Amino acid sequence: MSRFPISRRRFLHTTALGAAAMSAPAVLRAQGAPVKVGILHPVSGALSYSGQQGRIGAQLAIDEINGAGGIKALGGAKIEPMLGDAQSTPEGGNAEVEKMNAAGVAAIVGGYASAICLAASQTAARYDLPYVVDVGVVDSIVTRGLKNTFRFGPGFGVIAKTALENLVTINDQAGKPAKTAMIVHEDSAFGAGLAKLLNAQLPDKGFQVLETISHPTPTRDFNNVALKIKAQSPDLVIPANYYNEYVLLARTLLQQKIRPKGIYSVLGGAASSYKFVKEFPEAAQFIMDCNHWFDPKNPKALELKKKVEAKGEFYTYEVYMNYSGVLLLADALERAGSADRARIIAALESSTFAGHVMPYGPTKFVNGQNQGAAPVNTQVLDKDIQVILPAKFASAKAVFPIPG
Amino acid sequence: MKAQAKSLLPILVALALLAAVPLVTTSNVVLNFLVFALLIALVGQGWNLLGGYGGQHSFGHAAFFGTGAYVTAILQVRYGVNAWPAFALGIFAGAAVGAVIGALAFRSGLRGSYFALVTLAFAEVLRIVASVAPITGAGVGTLVKLDLRWQALQFQSRVPFYLIILALVAVSLVLVRVVERTRFGAWLVAVRENEDAARALGVDTTLVKIGAMMLSAAITAAGGCFYAQYYLFIDAGIAYGPWISIEALLAPIVGGVGTVFGPLLGALVVKSLGEATKLLAGDAPGLDLVIYGSVLVLVVAFAPRGIAGLLADLRRWGRRAPAGALAEADHA
Amino acid sequence: MLSPAILIPAILNGLMSGAVYALVALGLTLIYGVLHIINFAHGALLTAAMFAAFFANRWLGLDPYVAAFLLTPLFFALGYALQRFVIGPAAHGEDRNILLVTLGLAVVIENALLYVFRADTRILDLPYGFDTIQVGPAFIALPRAIAFVAVIAVALALWLIMRFSDTGKAIRAVAREKLGAELAGIDVAHVYAMTFGLGTACLAVAACLLIPSYYVNPSAGNAFVLIAFTIVVLGGMGSVAGALIGGLFVGVVESLSGLWLGESLGQIGIFLIFILALLLRPSGLFGERA
Repeated sequence: MSRFPISRRRFLHTTALGAAAMSAPAVLRAQGAPVKVGILHPVSGALSYSGQQGRIGAQLAIDEINGAGGIKALGGAKIEPMLGDAQSTPEGGNAEVEKMNAAGVAAIVGGYASAICLAASQTAARYDLPYVVDVGVVDSIVTRGLKNTFRFGPGFGVIAKTALENLVTINDQAGKPAKTAMIVHEDSAFGAGLAKLLNAQLPDKGFQVLETISHPTPTRDFNNVALKIKAQSPDLVIPANYYNEYVLLARTLLQQKIRPKGIYSVLGGAASSYKFVKEFPEAAQFIMDCNHWFDPKNPKALELKKKVEAKGEFYTYEVYMNYSGVLLLADALERAGSADRARIIAALESSTFAGHVMPYGPTKFVNGQNQGAAPVNTQVLDKDIQVILPAKFASAKAVFPIPG
Repeated sequence: MKAQAKSLLPILVALALLAAVPLVTTSNVVLNFLVFALLIALVGQGWNLLGGYGGQHSFGHAAFFGTGAYVTAILQVRYGVNAWPAFALGIFAGAAVGAVIGALAFRSGLRGSYFALVTLAFAEVLRIVASVAPITGAGVGTLVKLDLRWQALQFQSRVPFYLIILALVAVSLVLVRVVERTRFGAWLVAVRENEDAARALGVDTTLVKIGAMMLSAAITAAGGCFYAQYYLFIDAGIAYGPWISIEALLAPIVGGVGTVFGPLLGALVVKSLGEATKLLAGDAPGLDLVIYGSVLVLVVAFAPRGIAGLLADLRRWGRRAPAGALAEADHA
Repeated sequence: MLSPAILIPAILNGLMSGAVYALVALGLTLIYGVLHIINFAHGALLTAAMFAAFFANRWLGLDPYVAAFLLTPLFFALGYALQRFVIGPAAHGEDRNILLVTLGLAVVIENALLYVFRADTRILDLPYGFDTIQVGPAFIALPRAIAFVAVIAVALALWLIMRFSDTGKAIRAVAREKLGAELAGIDVAHVYAMTFGLGTACLAVAACLLIPSYYVNPSAGNAFVLIAFTIVVLGGMGSVAGALIGGLFVGVVESLSGLWLGESLGQIGIFLIFILALLLRPSGLFGERA
């Protein structure tokens, strides 16, 4: 929060004006001195909710690490977060990365939106500054050959593939009741990209795509989309969009009494959101999602859930993915034994970190992509979100087709 | 000739000062900040030509920015065109779009708010088309390949980018200064002041307006081309979104419309204000923008003719010259 | 695609959506018609009204339709104060300065809401939120049907006020001939403020009609601004009837082009009609010649 008069350090580190006065190269750190880490999120602008959730997750991880004695390999050095607001634009993210670099951060975690991650990681690459992507799913994030960029979570190539495999499994298990599908997706990077992949791969799996409906973010009304769905009566509705639109769509489907055999979301904005389930249990019931999810068998994940809910927040994917990202970074710091950027990058490259809360297994990065990262299938059952696939993390069996 | 050289002097001084920045600091934070501010100044100068000098306020300059950005990016990514000619083609494409929109709008006699809103509509149409058309990558956007060589108009260091945008801004300043002194410029101002009278005097007002629009579009499109090279990623919202249409008019209005330096001053002031408010407000989301918006309102309240107007007023008080009609015509 | 089973509900949907757009546009057209300013703060004010409607339910237990009676005068006062004490004085009468002032206001309002209420999306879960009425082959959501009727009522009321009340006559006088009105003794600053107040009051009603079926967050109102601008121009700046009919028309256009071209590309239908209308008949359906 702001203090007045502004502390000299804050002035120097967070303004272009201050940075001009401070162009000296980073000084070697004395043991025990805090390690600065940039935490970048869009906390204002259109993506502010997700940005704020991401920041919460990152901050919780930092508090936990510091509370447990900091980075032991650096003499108990605490992690000092440098919070940046990307203002939901790539330029904003870019400017923050510059400031973080000038302030001498050892690494940056975050970004959230693909466009922001692309710009920010690229800028960070100029300084060989390690960048851990929290969510951004477009595949191009890790196919640019940037040595500094590491994505902990899955890209949408993997997500689409997993979603389809799991769909086939669920459908087969139920006796193949579903043959037709309609895709409803938002029209920017993630929705459009995902829809393209799904469209290409669904027919191979034996599903006929009746129609693919793209919609803008924001969309004011889904009644016409509902009309089309009603008219064509697909067995499956496959939504891929952000929270607000997902909620409107689900409510409209409920209101228009449209009951497909299944609503199978892929990165559905609200489909695996505790907020949605709490506020609209009736509309949410039986909805399936293939999305980022924590490991339900991991006690640390459940403990974190309690902590977050105790703060009055919802335990959303931005929270635990950022939490894990920061823990991953801390592990890299420990193994590197230094806050030197090149060493951190090397440590991340060879990382086999398992202390996170995601169902990925130990990390293994190839070209910056964590190989074990994959989404998980969830379903809303009895006002709670259960994992239904993969079997080893499942806490319930899929209910498909939707009864009644 | 001497008068011409003299009128270019302030521009040269300003440019010299700005060009010296990389010699004084190696801070990439500062350079990045200035690059973005200069980009906005460039885009704003385009708006200024049409809106400040011509009195035609456009709400859709994103149409030109986005065209420049997409043409540059698509030519490189899909057709393997080299970055430099792609940049030039982007500017031409922007001017062409300006000609089309200008012809449609001005031939129909649209003025004032109607003109402003039709430009907004055109920009939105382009945005929507770009968000679904396969050639732009549709929703996924277009990513220019990272290739840090001068041949690809990309650079490892920020300094060449800075010098390039500075050069573009310089060209735009000189261009506007030159236009000011030509007959075309006189016609443009005549259109602004009283279009019907101008027409009665024999000025082909429609042609003048279309010409101004084309030039304005070209300047703004150059900004779009630069954005694509600097940030390497664009999508429909970035290229054609309302945000850039707003930036395009904010800088000149704050800096002083109808003046050569208005957009540059305005861009620097507005962007610095953004930085300052971030500093004051700390990490609380939204608070910095609350302060920013408030200051904006105050700036307008106390400097109704923009910063340039304020400076002119101060100079007038300093000289203790009588205020009057002649002094009003005094440009910064 | 052309079967009546789809076409009729789509048209009805369009009318329902269009009604709300019309109300938002009503506020904008009044403000434009009289003050000749394009109010950039319209979206943010709508958002503020939506928050007010939401919290009126959360904190005071008021049903939105009831809250409308409380919020309308409240927002009228807010609009009056904004024009009288902020926009008017700051702008010094210059059009483009008004633009900047309203832009600045928009930024302030939206981000103040973000700062105070955070970014969470909030939706009301009302008992009648999911009810539908059957009209032929269509199932119309009850809140939308109510909104439709309410908008027509408000438009009618507004038209009556503008036509027959002293305030309305004063407003129309100032809109037509400011100097003359001033000379005739009309307090122009007061009239301007009244108009802005009326425009903002329309937003309060629109918010209460929207909130049973829509969500609210700090940028929720922005989604309605561009389309409101379109309607203002189509219907003729300053015309109440124009805003209503224009709104319904635009709603149907949006709906049908969404049906044909998909929701994303379909948005283009509105803007193309808009451009065509401007190029062919700039003063709009009911407006004065430009």
